[in-house]
Amino acid sequence: MSEFLQQLVNGVTWGSVYALIALGYTMVYGILRLINFAHGDVYMLGAFFGLYAARWMGAARDPNIAQALAVLAIAMAGCGVVGYVIERFAYKPVRRSSRLAALITAIGVSLLLENGGILLFGADPKFFPQIIAPKNLALGGGVTISNQQIIILVVSLGLMLGLRFIVLNTRVGKAMRAVSHSHTAAALMGISVDRIISFTFVLGSVLAAAAGVLVALQNPKIEPLMGIMPGLKAFVAAVLGGIGNIPGAVLGGLVMGIAEVMVVGYLSPTYRDAIAFVLLIVILLVRPAGILGKATAEKV
Amino acid sequence: MRSRLGLLVGLAAWLGAVSLAGCGGSATEELVIGEYGSLSGSDATFGQSTKAGVRVALAELNATKEGKIGGLTVRVVEEDDQGRAEEAATVVQKLINQDRVIAVLGEVASSRSLAAGPICQNAGVPMISPSSTNPKVTQVGDYIFRMCFLDDFQGWVMAKFTAENLKLKRVAMLKDVKNDYSIGLAQYFTDAFKNMGGQVVYEQAYSAGDQDFRSQLTAIKARNPEAIIVPGYYTEAGLIARQARELGITVPLIGGDGWESGQLIEIGGEALNGCYYSNHWALDYPDPKLQEFLKQYRAGNGNADPDAIGGLAYDAATVLFTALQHMAEQDPETFKGLSSKMAGTEQRKAACKKLRDLIAQTHEYSGVTGVITLDANRNATKPAVVIAIKDGKKTFAAQIKPQPPA
Repeated sequence: MSEFLQQLVNGVTWGSVYALIALGYTMVYGILRLINFAHGDVYMLGAFFGLYAARWMGAARDPNIAQALAVLAIAMAGCGVVGYVIERFAYKPVRRSSRLAALITAIGVSLLLENGGILLFGADPKFFPQIIAPKNLALGGGVTISNQQIIILVVSLGLMLGLRFIVLNTRVGKAMRAVSHSHTAAALMGISVDRIISFTFVLGSVLAAAAGVLVALQNPKIEPLMGIMPGLKAFVAAVLGGIGNIPGAVLGGLVMGIAEVMVVGYLSPTYRDAIAFVLLIVILLVRPAGILGKATAEKV
Repeated sequence: MRSRLGLLVGLAAWLGAVSLAGCGGSATEELVIGEYGSLSGSDATFGQSTKAGVRVALAELNATKEGKIGGLTVRVVEEDDQGRAEEAATVVQKLINQDRVIAVLGEVASSRSLAAGPICQNAGVPMISPSSTNPKVTQVGDYIFRMCFLDDFQGWVMAKFTAENLKLKRVAMLKDVKNDYSIGLAQYFTDAFKNMGGQVVYEQAYSAGDQDFRSQLTAIKARNPEAIIVPGYYTEAGLIARQARELGITVPLIGGDGWESGQLIEIGGEALNGCYYSNHWALDYPDPKLQEFLKQYRAGNGNADPDAIGGLAYDAATVLFTALQHMAEQDPETFKGLSSKMAGTEQRKAACKKLRDLIAQTHEYSGVTGVITLDANRNATKPAVVIAIKDGKKTFAAQIKPQPPA
């Protein structure tokens, strides 16, 4: 039993990371009907920005919460800028073109970020400094949780609640919902659609950056291609929960994290990456719109 | 049902990119030797140490013989295989077909030596792997040599140390299923450990490049082993140690020479204290040749200490130079075939074969990693040392000699 509970703790931790990344996919899709394939690489950039911020501040010499939060904030701000730039210079010019053109652009941006990362940071892995001294807490019954896992859970939960607040209780959130409903109608109501789209990209990238820093805290090995697999899996998580649906992304992320950890723990680690796609196939067969998604009729 | 096609096209196209290497060639008469290793990728210190070790050997040649053997200047072409087996095959093809090398030095990882070995074998170019320990590496053919012990011996060493020195009976195994070295070593350890009355109570696996080992370690922890055997590479071993300690696992982790890297402690930190791994040498061994090499290496590498991988690379290069030297003295006529302008001729083929024969005759050569005698299967038989990690330092724990054949 304690083994199962420990796996659950591990799974929920990973799941909350997937959820953070999945939110970015889902928001952009909800507003633009675009799968932003470069999103996983923004997560990678977040980890690297965090690394350089931590080195620059010398945060590892005297680990404290204030510095760790500063590292997180710098990484999030940096990726917010990256998200804005990507949308403005890569996606905006092709917004009126076919969906396929936008998709290919997204793949291009993804490859650009990955190989640009290899050029800039080098292909060999870097090790994230310990900006929070690791401590373990026994939860009783042989289950332990590290303070880094707690930080991941608390920070991601806080960010998700913040996002919920923005989307449901602010003017900008209202505008986002309006744009996701219909660009034309929103524009007629005096909403600046361009600005809302930019804002959405920035928001998604900021969340991905937070995920990058949180993962790097816990698993200190970071390299330029680290975003590919989590990016893919978070995308699957978004589809699982219902693409375009914010609570769905969180649910999908958690299901994904727990499923993965249980497969490794109880079946075989070789299926670790396969389980994501098995889930994807199953959900597309059973509920193509996702767990919380609404089935929409396709205009032909 | 929105644009499923788009999703599928995207998923299919979302794969990695391919990179291509440059080209080379030469007009002057020289001896061209190839060296390949993982200068980048997840186990980059393997390639970097190999390169540094070969460079020390070359610097010595430059200091003592003006960099010449038999009147020809020695030039080493260095290639990066990015730590990928398929890339190793590509760069070795390039070394043989474009640079027209007479011999190849590398690799560290058995998976990559196994990818490049058949290419050298088919081309009739001798390849000396400094530190690939998987038995299959030299079984590729008679042109493939190695400077180190084999994993059947290394697995036995780890088992003996665990059973006799640490007096442990029940261990768990966590191996890398993407790695020939790891799979082989795990098997040899298990067989030897069973013979010594121990048992591997639980086997778990991961894939090279994984970040998170908590689920495997949680499953291992539930079975209460007295130690965890991690026959993998240093990058993962360091992370595994950290995460094991986080989950409250306090038993030692025991590994093989794949742990040997200056970065091991940097990655694993305090979590590695109380862990052991088998290795090719211990730096504090009072051997004059070794201490001289240390001086040279530190001078050329910003005072950094070499790891055993660098020492073995130095030995591989000097064994090759020695064989070339013998050939130039004993058979200058055939030796001419090794010159770069003879590339692609029948003389070159004959010369490479002669070089192969001379390397195979390496007998009681005293290298910095011990005395090297190549047996009929082109393998070296050497004692192994076990390193204990204490307070973030690697210290000598035991030397274990090969068993005399029963």
